[in-house]
Amino acid sequence: MSSQPIIEARNLDKFFGKFHALKDVSISVRQGERVVVCGPSGSGKSTLIRCFNALESHSSGTLVVDGIEVFEGSKDVRRLRQEVGMVFQQFNLFPHLTVLQNLMIGPMKVRKVSRDQAEETARKYLDRVHIPEQAEKYPAQLSGGQQQRVAIARSLCMETRIMLFDEPTSALDPEMINEVLDVMVELAETGMTMVVVTHEMGFARKVADTMVFMEEGRIVEVAPPEQFFTAPSSDRCRMFLAQILEH
Amino acid sequence: MTSSETVDLRGPPIPKPPVHQQLLNSVPVAVAIYAGVIGVIVYGSFVGAQNMGYNWQWYRVLQYLYSFTDDGFQWGEIMLALPATIQLSVLSFALATVLGLFVALLRLSGLVVGSAVAVGLLELIRNIPLLVLLYLFYYVMGPIFGLDRYVASILTLAVFHSVLISEIFRAGINSVAIGQWEAAKSIGMSTGQAYRYIILPQAVRIMLPPMAGEMVHLIKSSAIVSVIAVAELTTIGRNIISETYMSFEIWFTVAVIYLVVILILSIGVSFLERKYAVDQ
Ligand SMILES: Nc1ncnc2c1ncn2[C@@H]1O[C@H](COP(=O)(O)OP(=O)(O)OP(=O)(O)O)[C@@H](O)[C@H]1O
Ligand SMILES: [Mg+2]
Repeated sequence: MSSQPIIEARNLDKFFGKFHALKDVSISVRQGERVVVCGPSGSGKSTLIRCFNALESHSSGTLVVDGIEVFEGSKDVRRLRQEVGMVFQQFNLFPHLTVLQNLMIGPMKVRKVSRDQAEETARKYLDRVHIPEQAEKYPAQLSGGQQQRVAIARSLCMETRIMLFDEPTSALDPEMINEVLDVMVELAETGMTMVVVTHEMGFARKVADTMVFMEEGRIVEVAPPEQFFTAPSSDRCRMFLAQILEH
Repeated sequence: MTSSETVDLRGPPIPKPPVHQQLLNSVPVAVAIYAGVIGVIVYGSFVGAQNMGYNWQWYRVLQYLYSFTDDGFQWGEIMLALPATIQLSVLSFALATVLGLFVALLRLSGLVVGSAVAVGLLELIRNIPLLVLLYLFYYVMGPIFGLDRYVASILTLAVFHSVLISEIFRAGINSVAIGQWEAAKSIGMSTGQAYRYIILPQAVRIMLPPMAGEMVHLIKSSAIVSVIAVAELTTIGRNIISETYMSFEIWFTVAVIYLVVILILSIGVSFLERKYAVDQ
């Protein structure tokens, strides 16, 4: 793991109208680092990682991702998004395209890769997420777990350097959670920089280099997992962990 | 979940509708009632016409549909006017679709000026009668911009329907989940690419039924251009009547031709809808 920061956020604030969703958030993610973000609902986890690929624009503060300064109206937003993949809770696959087309459309239209090249890449990553046999199906014909793995493959096809996950397993039936988490563990092993919002603490223990706890728009705790799970410094974090580890 | 819970969730079984209602809802009965009503109307108008001493001459109508001469089979005047109506409608519809998409995108652009212009246009055109719009294009814009009657007709129909079509586009585009935009943007697509490859293809499925309705609407309103004597179905019908005085027969015939064209269109569209539904 290099010590080079690939995401550097300083004093980010985000307002939705009058609502203060991110409050003076600073965080730095090194290349190859795996960061797991947790915290209660509404604490700003999604808002924070959506700032990282400019799906939300922060109201003040500075944010540099992969050497690109992110700010509202920046011309580099599309270049940035080609380096930062995102996996959503609701998968957001393109329902009118087959699995293979879902994977090929980004490389072909955005990166201008040839059709053959795009298909080769698509099949490679479909293999990587263990569903090569589903290539010709439409998303609606797949199970939730399979859809989410296609969504991960879609991001991988863009050959991004950073992957953001926003509660990738929250919309899944319990028996499908592991097949998605397994793929994410394998991805972590390849050295991908990952920022994962999740409450799957088993996954966090296994892959996280750094745990982040958010509450009411603030980052309350940043710690390596050993320390985070055994001796969190804030009471709120301890209570939160007690709550979710009960399940 | 136990079976008793399942029953509770479902509530009491829905009672079967009474027999007379079941009967009324069945297809053969519905068709019979429909045929009965149409029969009464047709019979009533024939008897009424008889009473006013109208001289029915259906046998003379056929020559306006088709004829056999020494040269063989030939379409009659009315049938030859049909392609003109279809051409007029298709051209107007194509232009209306392009304009409608443009207005819809303008409205959705988020630009204050864009949506103001779009809303202004919308209100302006929605509140002018089609006939007046036609006169404006033919008698006012015509001389100014050198538009002939055909071009003026196409522009009138296109502009009038573009407003309605823009609303269909807007509703279709808005019906695509916001997550689709986010996914498209996340793989680096521009707004234009997201529209083209992700949003519009999904919106089109939702737009298909109302667009078909709009096409039907347009075919019907295309008859209005007969007031400036553009050669099409209604105009030709009028011309024949002024020569032959067979107004009842010709108007009936013209109405049936519109009906048949529109029915064929409807069948085609429901076929398309089913085909798209299978894809999903
Ligand atoms: N587009 C928006 N407009 C207004 N308020 C918003 C918007 N998006 C988020 N918020 C508010 O910002 C706060 C943080 O939202 P966010 O989605 O980041 O929370 P979260 O930590 O991801 O929660 P969850 O676990 O429920 O996903 C919430 O109170 C939410 O209501
Ligand atoms: Mg969230």
